[in-house]
Amino acid sequence: MSAAQPTVKQIWQWLEQIPDPEIPVISIVDLGVVRDVCLQGNNVNVVITPTYSGCPAMREIAESITTELTDHGIEHFNLETRIAPAWTTDWMSDEGRTKLEAYGIATPQANGGPKHCPQCKSTTVEKISQFGSTPCKAQWRCLDCLEPFEYFKCI
Amino acid sequence: MAQDDPQLYEFLLRQGDNSLVLGHRTSEWCGHAPALEEDIALANTALDLIGQTQLWLAYAADVEGHGRSNNDLAYLRDVYDFRNVLMVEVPNEDFGRTMVRQFLFDAFQVPWLTALQSSSDQRVADIAHKSLKEALYHLERSTDTVVALGDGTELSNRRMQAALNYLWPYTGELFGQDDTDKAMQERGVAPLPASLRESWNATVVNTLAAATLKTPDDPFAHSGGRNGVRHTEHLGHMLATMQVLQRSYPGAQW
Repeated sequence: MSAAQPTVKQIWQWLEQIPDPEIPVISIVDLGVVRDVCLQGNNVNVVITPTYSGCPAMREIAESITTELTDHGIEHFNLETRIAPAWTTDWMSDEGRTKLEAYGIATPQANGGPKHCPQCKSTTVEKISQFGSTPCKAQWRCLDCLEPFEYFKCI
Repeated sequence: MAQDDPQLYEFLLRQGDNSLVLGHRTSEWCGHAPALEEDIALANTALDLIGQTQLWLAYAADVEGHGRSNNDLAYLRDVYDFRNVLMVEVPNEDFGRTMVRQFLFDAFQVPWLTALQSSSDQRVADIAHKSLKEALYHLERSTDTVVALGDGTELSNRRMQAALNYLWPYTGELFGQDDTDKAMQERGVAPLPASLRESWNATVVNTLAAATLKTPDDPFAHSGGRNGVRHTEHLGHMLATMQVLQRSYPGAQW
């Protein structure tokens, strides 16, 4: 006996509870990885997209979604990976940006560099390396408080 | 879905094998790069390339229609089935050659993927659009590194020039033209690679000048990789490492 049919809104709320495996301070919904949720009869279809084409977290994200849906009694669901339209940092939610900044990761900016140091807010910053601990981040340093920090690349 | 389209299959293998072989070569630096930041950058570049490979070879496998997967194509083919250009399979040698190669490749990939975004084949256009974002970022880094090391010390300049002289005869193959290329052009899938030569030249000549490196003028070009006629001796050794698990335990699954 399965649970009552959930609404699309409820499913989104469940998915909002799933942390990104590499940046657990934000959810996979905040990150813009979940693109669509729809119901077809009693089947739930969830569409996800990778941030970077080689993102190693995709499998874990798919497993987390499977666990979340199963825990809520969903028996029939389908996970679809779609690469078009290609993921962009524009899809990151405002809430996600606020959480990233509070966590110490500078948010993506259209000009390609951080707005300011996430620690002391100084605008005197310099790039250390174009790549960081995950494909989506670069390494920067604050020249005032001297803290190194990560910047979420803008793509 | 086309089930019998050997030319599209060939075209897709060329895209996938270029990124697979360069991705694997680049990954060989993991844990060995001259600085931690470079190690991370090389590993991330390799990861992007392998990710792009998954997309290209998944499409190739669908077009082939024999029930094979992208993993099957990567791990269960031998040297003569590979369709990458020779430039991506030659050994890394040193950090200089690795970065010069990355730059010469990126300078081609950026205009190439840009053009493929308007492919008549929607799946090709989608993969190109996704990959281009990464290729632009790679080009930015490889350009900066080539300039920094070319216009660096006497030693770094000498090693970058040696790398460039070694790699130069391999660049011509990027612009090769055969029946597959012509068929792709006629169907609007891809432009002729040769049509990008001017754009590639401009990028390369400008960057090499900024790097105080001398652009070689020898027009000789090695070929045989993208049509599978004659790979270098190096690819087999690379595949022996890359495919060791499937060779030792056929059908093993993660």
